[in-house]
Amino acid sequence: MMIKKIDKHNNRLFAKRKLVNTIGLSLSISAMLIGMVILFWILTVLFIKGFSEIDLEMFTMSVPSPGSEGGGLLNAIVGSLLLVGTCTLISTPIGIMAGLYLSEYGDRSSIAGITRFITDIMLSAPSIVIGLFVYAIFVAQIKHFSGWAGTVALALIAVPVIVRTTENMLRLVPGSLREAAYALGAPKWKVAFKVVLKAAQSGVITGVLLAIARVSGETAPLLFTALNNQFFSLNMNAPMANLPVTIFQFAMSPYENWNGLAWGGALLITMAVLLINIVARLAFKKEKLS
Amino acid sequence: MNKKQAQIAKTQRIQDFVFQYTTQFCAFFVLLVLLGIIISLCIDAWPALSQFGPGFFFSTEWDIIGGEFGGLVAIYGTLVTSLIALLIAVPLSFGIAVFLTEICPNSLRRPFGTAVELLAAVPSIIYGMFGLFFFVPPFAKYIEPALAASFGQIPVIGILFSGSFNGIGILCAGLILAMMILPFITSIMRDVFEIVPPVLKESAYGIGCTTWEVIRRIVLPYTSSGVIGGIMLGLGRALGETMAVTFVIGNAHSISPSLFAAGSSIASTLANEFGEAEEGAHLSSLFVLGLALFVITLIILSLAKLMLVKMEKAKGVKT
Repeated sequence: MMIKKIDKHNNRLFAKRKLVNTIGLSLSISAMLIGMVILFWILTVLFIKGFSEIDLEMFTMSVPSPGSEGGGLLNAIVGSLLLVGTCTLISTPIGIMAGLYLSEYGDRSSIAGITRFITDIMLSAPSIVIGLFVYAIFVAQIKHFSGWAGTVALALIAVPVIVRTTENMLRLVPGSLREAAYALGAPKWKVAFKVVLKAAQSGVITGVLLAIARVSGETAPLLFTALNNQFFSLNMNAPMANLPVTIFQFAMSPYENWNGLAWGGALLITMAVLLINIVARLAFKKEKLS
Repeated sequence: MNKKQAQIAKTQRIQDFVFQYTTQFCAFFVLLVLLGIIISLCIDAWPALSQFGPGFFFSTEWDIIGGEFGGLVAIYGTLVTSLIALLIAVPLSFGIAVFLTEICPNSLRRPFGTAVELLAAVPSIIYGMFGLFFFVPPFAKYIEPALAASFGQIPVIGILFSGSFNGIGILCAGLILAMMILPFITSIMRDVFEIVPPVLKESAYGIGCTTWEVIRRIVLPYTSSGVIGGIMLGLGRALGETMAVTFVIGNAHSISPSLFAAGSSIASTLANEFGEAEEGAHLSSLFVLGLALFVITLIILSLAKLMLVKMEKAKGVKT
């Protein structure tokens, strides 16, 4: 009698716990579904609106003037490549050197700890403020917008990304490798530069690729630095056309062909960024990015 | 021979010295940038700060022609949109992180994890365009009327869901922001969930806990500081996000109790006005807004980082 009662109580409790479990897990699965729906919704929209815009003209002609037909994005594409390219050239050595310091020299010192902390914060600092900063120290001094200012703004965003991935990758290199090199009489800088960095090469390249992916889509820091340019120009000392700002201006404009070009550019830039991301991940499949 | 060795040792010492200080300088470069940002923003913000005083942060005035400026509208917009984004993104991220670490079959973890990371890689301007052209129309047509019909009837909160259904506005900006920060919060939650020692979970399963109970009573308490850190990191991102918000917030310099109304955030104000601002009070006021944004995000991100460092330490003692 008594046992039966307890059993009944237990069964009810068990049923309740099971129900809570089922509800919780279904909510979790629906959250995942919502996430996937958002991703596919965005990608589908991009493809539907952007794919028809991508043609030869887009890569061979500069942006059209207001109201005129046709035109492409040549100047913006070239400008973006120039900005991101120069940014990579500047930020890669700085980022790798800083990463080397944090992992090989600074290690556990408090100064390295502070640097790490600040780097992590700069990693998510608002990019528009970086744009303001470069405007204040660069554009306001030379009194005109310039491609170099855009490069500097992008580099300030890329450096923390490279520093942190480089350091994490260097830390994965086993200590015995360093010791072996020291035993052969190699000086510290050679160990750091030619042994440790070499061993972590693929990881470091991944970091640089991720940094490139991150800055290629950045719009906010370019608004007050490189600005934009309607014409084809390779002069880094003048306002420079670039894809993100062109997309921004064209998407907000009342002209239909401008809107179309904005979607084409948006598809182009997203595909480039996603592709770099996937390549970076594939290139570095075995070791884990932390 | 000895002389030659000494010579080599000497060059190596010099090389070592140069190399070490070059790397050190590069590492301090980031610190210099941070200090530089704060100092240069302060210098450029000073004229407006001294002209309007602390009242700047409590004034809703934004009169470009009359030269009267106040930051309350933009600060309000920034905080409210970020808050909405957090309210929506946190439960979703938690669900996805739970799915990825506890429910998902092992073979599917990688593709799903990558998909979430790709969502994080999509440039913010794409979210903005997507929001303006594809999210706003159905949002104005179906969701806003539905919200007004359900929550709009409740006293007090009802006022949040009143007004005309334009689609564009504070609520919409919050939703787009939620989509943007979702992958950031998710990936941190997933990372911290993964460091829970399997022994703890297995013991709980061993005494008959359900998966949900394990998550609720074992995983969550163990990772609480990491989870909070992840949420704050998401908040930091949301506060400073520019492009996604600029497209959908409506860019109006007014504060309205309704969430459907257009507003502006610090970042959207900067994006819209900075390029055309005249030297003087206007430009300087924009610098004040930028400085305020930077200081707020710095504080939030530092707290987030401290939380995550605490988590890292827990990871150290896991075995």
